[in-house]
Amino acid sequence: MTALTLTNLCKSFGSVEVLKNINLTVEDGEFVVFVGPSGCGKSTLLRVIAGLEDASSGTVDIGGTVVNTVPPAKRGIAMVFQSYALYPHLSVRDNMALGLKQEKQPKSVIDERVGKAIEMLDLGAYVDRQPADLSGGQRQRVAIGRAIVREPKLFLFDEPLSNLDAALRMNTRIEIAELHRTLSASMIYVTHDQTEAMTLADKIVVLRDGRVEQVGSPMELYNNPANQFVAGFLGSPAMNFLKKAPLNIPKDGALGLRPEHLRPTKGGRIKGAVTHVERLGGDTNLLVATEGQEALTVRIFGQDDTRVGAEIELDFDDSAAFLFDAQQQRVRCAT
Amino acid sequence: MNVARQNRLNTFAAHGALILYTVIALFPVFVIVINSFKTRKAIFREPLALPHADSFSLIGYETVLKQGDFVLYFQNSMIVTVGSLFFILLFGAMAAFALAEYRFKGNTLMGLYLALGIMIPIRIGTVAILEMMVQTGLVNTLWALILVYTAQGLPLAVFILSEFMRQVSDDLKNAGRIDGLSEYRIFFRLVLPLVRPAMATVAVFNMIPIWNDLWFPLILAPSEEVKTLTLGSQVFIGQFVTDWNAVLSALSLAILPVMALYVVFSRQLIRGITSGAVK
Repeated sequence: MTALTLTNLCKSFGSVEVLKNINLTVEDGEFVVFVGPSGCGKSTLLRVIAGLEDASSGTVDIGGTVVNTVPPAKRGIAMVFQSYALYPHLSVRDNMALGLKQEKQPKSVIDERVGKAIEMLDLGAYVDRQPADLSGGQRQRVAIGRAIVREPKLFLFDEPLSNLDAALRMNTRIEIAELHRTLSASMIYVTHDQTEAMTLADKIVVLRDGRVEQVGSPMELYNNPANQFVAGFLGSPAMNFLKKAPLNIPKDGALGLRPEHLRPTKGGRIKGAVTHVERLGGDTNLLVATEGQEALTVRIFGQDDTRVGAEIELDFDDSAAFLFDAQQQRVRCAT
Repeated sequence: MNVARQNRLNTFAAHGALILYTVIALFPVFVIVINSFKTRKAIFREPLALPHADSFSLIGYETVLKQGDFVLYFQNSMIVTVGSLFFILLFGAMAAFALAEYRFKGNTLMGLYLALGIMIPIRIGTVAILEMMVQTGLVNTLWALILVYTAQGLPLAVFILSEFMRQVSDDLKNAGRIDGLSEYRIFFRLVLPLVRPAMATVAVFNMIPIWNDLWFPLILAPSEEVKTLTLGSQVFIGQFVTDWNAVLSALSLAILPVMALYVVFSRQLIRGITSGAVK
């Protein structure tokens, strides 16, 4: 069964088209991440799925039912917001129970589900606290708990980690991944952070300007991007694009090279000077200006004592190179 | 205060300025209150002296309580003020929520139309209002005053509250919608508590003019049983003789309820927005 099917979905605000003809399916139990730069329409897409915005045309189908005219509360979804959006006047327990009370569930069911969620999220010590008395990480867990207790067909996450600090973000990311394994529920997760997308997703949907650029598993997209945008968006440090390249590139096209595929080699095809060195301990990033005055990032595993200003010669395997044409589309038959 | 940023001279100057302003602002009130406790002669002979054994007198308060029905006037003023504030806040907040929350055709125009009342004084329409009240049989009822004051207060209330409502997190309202709360419950349970400080501001802005108004009570509700306190106090001010003891006592008494209301609202002002809902 498919958890979600979007067919020819469009959304415009006045004359501004925000979503352009989106077609997408989410399989049961799949973790799908919408990723893209800010303003690409990913949050709007999520809000249309949730029913907080109406689609201008096209259909939204959740669990086999077209829900275009169904109010958010009856769509069988639950949503976790970036700003937590906890009810400030309710305790942790009541925050979680409110949705079930609105559904007129019997008290025994409410108590059981809330109790289970509290245990799962390790919130036992805080059940009677108000949101104001919780830390950011705890608030986000309560918000996730509020979603879990509704036992939805589809979970929606709207940049849930953006307000957390780096260490907490990683922990919560792992918790969400574990949650997905435990509940084996279908989840849609919106983020602008490609690391979150790569680490969490079964399937990534890359969006730009309201269009789906490419859909696939993280490694598919990483190893086989359909165009220059996807290639540049996924991966950190980002892929290098060279206009003046030693290979035969299409007219006005570009040569794409991942930073880890470049290696310093005597007599290499790319010559340049090191402009900056980032030493991360585990690996080292060299920023290089080529002879053609193009900027490159080179990722070297382990530690490296190259100094700023040093001359450097780089080389790569032709099989690891990506070629893009003038329309930024991938040219498949490389070399 | 932060020791590193503290400057003795600045602190002194700031406190000096504040104390000076407080003295200037409170002085008239102070004079009214002390003189209300003095005999008529003492009021005119030494208007700035504190009441002492010779000059102390409660004659003003006695007159006020004997003459006319001051308890009733108090009650009327209270009903009109509280009733008007209730309707201003209720309808003002509802209109503001609709303007801030829903996208519909003519939203901006509607907002401008509602704000127009800020620029046009309602007293211009006094004659028309009187005619309307006569025809609906509302003359000499407290409802006449409550309706007029509600109309007078709404524009500013809508204007101020809609600005604040726009700042309430969209996520919170959407979370409510996904949990199945009705728009009314979202409005009353989620949004209103968060704009409480703004509501208190609107209440304070509207309360004082309504309490002190003489114009509309005089025109719309002058009969004995619906007189407000301000209008009731006028009996002591005559063309030739004014009973100053009674006037000053009535004014001193009139300060109390409005001060009590102010204390209630200002606690809300100071408490600030309940934090922890978002971020």
